[in-house]
Amino acid sequence: MTAGLIVCVAALVVATAAGLTWRQRNGRMRPVAAGQATAGGTGARQVTAGRAVTGTRRSRRTTGAEPAGRSTGAGLSTGAGPDLTVAELGGPLGSRATLLQFSSAFCAPCGATRRVLAEVAGMTDGVAHLEIDAESHLELVRRLDVRRTPTVFVLGPDGRIAHRASGQPRKADVIAALGEVT
Amino acid sequence: MDIDPRGPRFGALITLVVFAVVLITGSVWLLAAQGLVFAAGSLLGMRRSPYGLLYRWLVRPRLGPPKELEPEAPPRFAQGTGLLISVIGVIGYGTGVTALGMAAAAAGLIAAFLNGVFGLCLGCEMYLLIRRIWPGRQVTDAGRI
Repeated sequence: MTAGLIVCVAALVVATAAGLTWRQRNGRMRPVAAGQATAGGTGARQVTAGRAVTGTRRSRRTTGAEPAGRSTGAGLSTGAGPDLTVAELGGPLGSRATLLQFSSAFCAPCGATRRVLAEVAGMTDGVAHLEIDAESHLELVRRLDVRRTPTVFVLGPDGRIAHRASGQPRKADVIAALGEVT
Repeated sequence: MDIDPRGPRFGALITLVVFAVVLITGSVWLLAAQGLVFAAGSLLGMRRSPYGLLYRWLVRPRLGPPKELEPEAPPRFAQGTGLLISVIGVIGYGTGVTALGMAAAAAGLIAAFLNGVFGLCLGCEMYLLIRRIWPGRQVTDAGRI
């Protein structure tokens, strides 16, 4: 009985601390330095060529239209090319920036995140919003170390990851992150 | 199907109290009952689970309509993880391994607290992590080349 009470109080303290920490960090846009975006460096590039990507919201472009710099080849320095190719994204990059959202089936905030990002993309010229189903792209999920849904990446015009956020980002933070990319 | 998101939050607050009482009293029967509630939420849906019915009958009429609806699948999945925790706890308390029972009840209490108070669905967060480790029957990226 006494032990149970102690465990109960301890669990409540842990839960409160965890909840406050989570609320502090959830949806915060964090800048990503060049070359630090991927968990496994360029090693996973071989899976990208000619692969059909499903589960995204936009039609995909032909692989011939990949951004310049992609052809530097695997094994070269990580800062040389884009973190994500058009084939992986399943749609063209925005000319100024791309908002890339990873979603999953059991994700309550994904819908609200979709609305926020679509709204921002809609009111800003040259900004695309792409959504990827995390479950059917586990290779990419592991490479980019996506642990939660939604996870949002802000990509520059060259396809390089500039910012990332775990959890639903605030609209103002998305706009601020876009301002730093362009 | 979309549901009023305040329903699962209300249910999580009741679950929080139940887990606290389980920890303090060590009642295996109360934990088993909570397990049945989780099973109902998982199998029948959030709105037909006992706490969901309580919300619809007693709480919802006193509140206004929800500002927005949310999909039912995430909380329903989380009810399944709650059921798993309850089963582990019942095994612990039932076989005299009280530490196991307490650990399970504490895990359930933390999850219910985060859900009810902060709106963070820990069971839902588990989903992608489980998928990353164990892809199941889903075709992975590598498999689709």
